[in-house]
Amino acid sequence: MTHVVVVGAGPAGLAAAAAAAEAGARVTLLDGAEHLGGQFWRHARADDDAPRAPRLQHAWSRYRALRDAVRRECEVVLGASVWAIDVSGERAVLHALVGEADGRAREPRSWRPDAVVLATGAHDRTLPFPGWDLPGVVTAGAAQAYAKAEGIALGRRVVVAGAGPFLLPAAVSAATAGSRVVGVYEANPLRTLASGWLPRAWRLAGAWRKGIEAAGYLADLARHRIPYRVGTAVVAAHGRERVEAVTIAALDATWRPVAGSERVVETDAVCVSHGFLPRLELPVAAGCALSAERFVVVDEDQRTSVPGFWAAGEITGIAGADAAIAEGRVAGASAAGAVPDPRALRMRARHGRFAERMHAAHGIRGGWTAWLTDETVVCRCEEVSYGRLVATLRHAPDAGLRSLKLATRAGLGICQARVCGRTVEELIVAERAPGDATSDARPLAIPVRLAELALGEDATPSQRKEHDV
Amino acid sequence: MSEREERVELTVDGETIAGRAGQSIAGVLLAAGRTHWRSTAAGGRPRGLFCGIGVCFDCIVTVNGVRDVRACQRRAHDGDVVLVQGPQDEGRAGEEP
Ligand SMILES: Cc1cc2nc3c(=O)[nH]c(=O)nc-3n(C[C@H](O)[C@H](O)[C@H](O)COP(=O)(O)OP(=O)(O)OC[C@H]3O[C@@H](n4cnc5c(N)ncnc54)[C@H](O)[C@@H]3O)c2cc1C
Ligand code: FES
Repeated sequence: MTHVVVVGAGPAGLAAAAAAAEAGARVTLLDGAEHLGGQFWRHARADDDAPRAPRLQHAWSRYRALRDAVRRECEVVLGASVWAIDVSGERAVLHALVGEADGRAREPRSWRPDAVVLATGAHDRTLPFPGWDLPGVVTAGAAQAYAKAEGIALGRRVVVAGAGPFLLPAAVSAATAGSRVVGVYEANPLRTLASGWLPRAWRLAGAWRKGIEAAGYLADLARHRIPYRVGTAVVAAHGRERVEAVTIAALDATWRPVAGSERVVETDAVCVSHGFLPRLELPVAAGCALSAERFVVVDEDQRTSVPGFWAAGEITGIAGADAAIAEGRVAGASAAGAVPDPRALRMRARHGRFAERMHAAHGIRGGWTAWLTDETVVCRCEEVSYGRLVATLRHAPDAGLRSLKLATRAGLGICQARVCGRTVEELIVAERAPGDATSDARPLAIPVRLAELALGEDATPSQRKEHDV
Repeated sequence: MSEREERVELTVDGETIAGRAGQSIAGVLLAAGRTHWRSTAAGGRPRGLFCGIGVCFDCIVTVNGVRDVRACQRRAHDGDVVLVQGPQDEGRAGEEP
């Protein structure tokens, strides 16, 4: 019997595990979190049958069906953070630590399956701006997650800003959790949004459901009296111990702030995201090829470039939960050696187009660096400022990403450049010609404590590095 | 939320803070009105929740003697002893032997 291990229990991983089990495979589903559902389906307790805030939970019945299927058909291991994949042998070995998040003595476990489906999802990307490291400034995903799972309103007067359709549900969730949302500030101007979403009407059918969803959120914004302003951005946050106000400015089409357009708005919570970045640690560790846009490359059956490895969901492109489910179903069936359900293939094709449109409408434009000041923190962990980075770059014009990191420590902190990596790369490009290195290769997929590594049997020596020495 | 929901009590720097079972440590702190609980090594800057999903490490605290636990990822358990981390903790030998 084929043994399939699925890493990640979000929409993509749940669908993959269920499809693989349905196709007759023995399935192990792993997730580092203590609950099933990933970033999309959240609930305060593992056994909750109803979401804490029902209006915030989409397709809850779909979740219940997937959850029940995987609980019935699969071995589910939660609190299982996969920290390494060893592909040196004939069959890949997955190493995980199982237990409480960042606990001291988690149990090391390994699997040597016939097939692996990677479905590790994405995290928010937030561009730096002066004051973005003040408490009270969080990612839109964090605000969404805390509103959904714990019913927490992060502030009384909330500002939502950045780029992308995800700002809409984040604003609605904040309002539902009890915050007054002062406004949603989308960086792209109406013209760019329209040129992404409106043309080629005959192809709109594909994004139809997403269109309805967005329209629904816009209606919710209107109901909560939340203004949606395009071509604007939070260009600075102010406060001492926490955020107290932000400066909002109009942007031109390249995202350069328009001089004289600034105004200061009082707020006690700012939710900012400029898109999502795939969690690539495991695919990179396995050697999976990445696209020019740095997503995992997959074929028709969601196979990666590495035999025995499939990928699904946001690590293959940002297209929302429906696309993730469709991709998961295809990946799971294929990994189990079955032919994917044609309905899943059709659903995937429909939602894939949403991704293209979203990028055209909401992608990051280069002019944003104009809102940085010399003092703006770029690397939050090591507290490296923009001025320091630029000075180092000018001092050593030929230095690549690696030497820049070593000279300034940008990207060498505890988050392993997950937050600032892409930004530092782009700042190098903005300063001069494109470099070749990226920040995607990390020694470890998750932080591991030395003592825990000592417990693990066949950890690779080169991976014996940890965050708290 | 119902009154009968199970409560948990944490000690945060000696102060008792109550939360609901199932909440993360960050959730308990936020619900109690605390937006920051760490200060950075170099600048002594206040930090709290940022990414909310275990990616950024801004929210780390010491829990029951174990350092660098992401408050947004760790479930709060009754009796947990939480200490905030500051510049003085930096470079200090961790709890590992
Ligand atoms: C904080 C946040 C909140 C979001 N909220 C919404 C929302 O409300 N509505 C919406 O439409 N979209 C939301 N999104 C977008 C969302 O990412 C997608 O719509 C959808 O969840 C993608 O599904 P997925 O299965 O690809 O990934 P995810 O749902 O992200 O699932 C990936 C899973 O993999 C696990 N994982 C990652 N690495 C490892 C590892 N090394 N070991 C073990 N497990 C691992 C994670 O714990 C996670 O559970 C949110 C995104 C973020 C980052
Ligand atoms: S808030 Fe980012 S790791 Fe906890």
